[in-house]
Amino acid sequence: MSTRTAELLASIALLVFSLGLMWTVHADGLKIGWVPERGPGSGVWPFWLSLGMALTSVWTMVRWFRRTTPESRNEAPYIESDRFGLVAVSFIALTAMIFLVAIVGTYISIALFLGFYMRFIGKHSWPMTSTTVFGAVIFIYFLFEWQLSKYLPKGLPMFEDGFLWLDNFRWEYLM
Amino acid sequence: MVEIADLLAAGLLQSFEPLNFAMILAGCMAGLFIGAMPGLGSVNGVAILLPVTFLVPPTAAIIFLAALYYGAMYGGAISSITLGIPGASTAVATVFDGRPMAQKGKANQAMMAAAIASFIGGTISIILFTLFAPPLAEVALKFGPQEEFALMILAFATFIGLGGDDIPKTIFSILLGLVMAAVGFDIISGKPRLIFFDLVEFQRGIGFLVLAIGIYGIGEMLWTLEQTGGKVKLDYVKTTWAEFKKHLGQIKAYLPTTSLGSALGFFVGTLPAAGATPASLMAYGLAKTFSKDPDSFGKGNIAGVAAPEAANNAASTGSMLPMITLGIPGSPTTAILLGGMIIWGLRPGPLLFANNPDFVWGLIGSMYVANFVTVALNLALIPLFVRVLAMPFTILTPIIFILCFVGVFATTDRMFDVWLMLALGLGGYLLRKLNYPVAPAVLAIVLGPLAERSMRQSLIGSQGDVTTFISISEHPISLGCIVIAVMLMLYPVWSNYRRKLANRSTL
Repeated sequence: MSTRTAELLASIALLVFSLGLMWTVHADGLKIGWVPERGPGSGVWPFWLSLGMALTSVWTMVRWFRRTTPESRNEAPYIESDRFGLVAVSFIALTAMIFLVAIVGTYISIALFLGFYMRFIGKHSWPMTSTTVFGAVIFIYFLFEWQLSKYLPKGLPMFEDGFLWLDNFRWEYLM
Repeated sequence: MVEIADLLAAGLLQSFEPLNFAMILAGCMAGLFIGAMPGLGSVNGVAILLPVTFLVPPTAAIIFLAALYYGAMYGGAISSITLGIPGASTAVATVFDGRPMAQKGKANQAMMAAAIASFIGGTISIILFTLFAPPLAEVALKFGPQEEFALMILAFATFIGLGGDDIPKTIFSILLGLVMAAVGFDIISGKPRLIFFDLVEFQRGIGFLVLAIGIYGIGEMLWTLEQTGGKVKLDYVKTTWAEFKKHLGQIKAYLPTTSLGSALGFFVGTLPAAGATPASLMAYGLAKTFSKDPDSFGKGNIAGVAAPEAANNAASTGSMLPMITLGIPGSPTTAILLGGMIIWGLRPGPLLFANNPDFVWGLIGSMYVANFVTVALNLALIPLFVRVLAMPFTILTPIIFILCFVGVFATTDRMFDVWLMLALGLGGYLLRKLNYPVAPAVLAIVLGPLAERSMRQSLIGSQGDVTTFISISEHPISLGCIVIAVMLMLYPVWSNYRRKLANRSTL
């Protein structure tokens, strides 16, 4: 896909999005004008600003059509194919990490993600990878669970139990 | 004057308290590191590390983040000089002469010039800050909702007039941020608004930090991966005491233009859209204009390294002036700081000086201290930071992704916000590739609730009469802001018209 096509598609998507926002305000029955005795209605702000978003999207389309923007004259690929792989793999790995948090919990998920990224994308050695993984997991546990008292997700009960044991140990002996 | 001196002395004492001093050290180190990494700047560091600062009290937290902000300004020069890639957009102008100097084997001289110029810029701007902030806050105390709203219009107008990005795309970005700020319960009527797909999670609204971390953490890393392909090459640099002494003799050569650039940087920095990047470019131009030998610029003139570095540091301090005194951030980084202040339970704006003097003067005092600390750390550790640049992206990227995830979750306690961050990060990256500026959206989501409230309060007060914002008898300051805002918004039209005229006359 060329940058030119991408700009048109983006402006169409943003126009539809803006119209959707306006419709949502309308469908929720929010007042978009002056409410006597009360002042501006609660829909005034989102509705008229969304209209502005819609108009600027149309404005971008007009400029696209007249080839005013640099992007509309750019026939080069939107994402260079040799770089696309790296960006896509990074994003998919990140998505997978966040997805796995609900199943195996934060720490195992982080370890898997970091390990995968360093070993298979970065081609770092196993000792380097495992040191960084352990360091990162321990650092995050120490900083967030211990110092900030934040309970990060631990996943399904079978994975959570191990951490409960660790938390008990910490509360019993280290506090 | 005496009063200011007393308050400043108290602030300085406060910044030497062990916790606060440790925060200065940690912030400067973190900032130098983040600034030095290509692609990452102060805004990324502040967004990603804000959740961690909940560990300490607000004063210590803002001291840490402000120190990080300077540190990043110093650090940006490191990769501009050694790699020829700006470490942050604020260090773009440093590349022009910094890179040629490095190619001639004078990288360490360029680094020292950058550090010392940053110090000069920081010092001049902090003095200006100390002098301007209290009277400005005094004036701002009299502001009503009309003035608040007009100031915000002015802030957004600077993006349109001076931002230099595509105008419809800039306006879209501002409006998108303002609308995103309206998601959730309406503060005045209590009605739920824009609950997409009836997801109850949207009732709590879209946190500014979710957007900021999405855009400046996830989006920025994807962007950097694409730009660099995950690889960087560099030359190592060594600095010695003898080199430093030799360098001290050269300061005279760049001191005058650097001082001028610092003052310029401070004032440009106070404008929301302008900030450190244009300030440094303008200072570079200024140094070149006033130079006896303008042809040597771009070929490794030391003044060409010093001026932009002084200006970007001065601008970072300048951008804190409207944030502290008016509650209007002067840059994306200070927009995130402002959002942080709201999370810490402080109300940004002129009342801050009256209600939280410890916080304000602690911050100002810490700026003086942080400036000394950063120049010392920077000069001493240049070789170390250059080595840090060799840290592969395949380690840095996943660690930043992990920090983004944990940071968002720790702030909001909801996986929903983590998914939202991911989506906004991807969206921000895709739009940024099409030249949609992202900074206005971040500023707008922070200012959105305040802007909407002040607009509605003004209109309720005036019985729906919109001319209340431009009434010369009742709200002259508001009128003034709106007039300047309109002029700023028309500026691109005017300059476009002039360019067309000029083109016609040459035909």
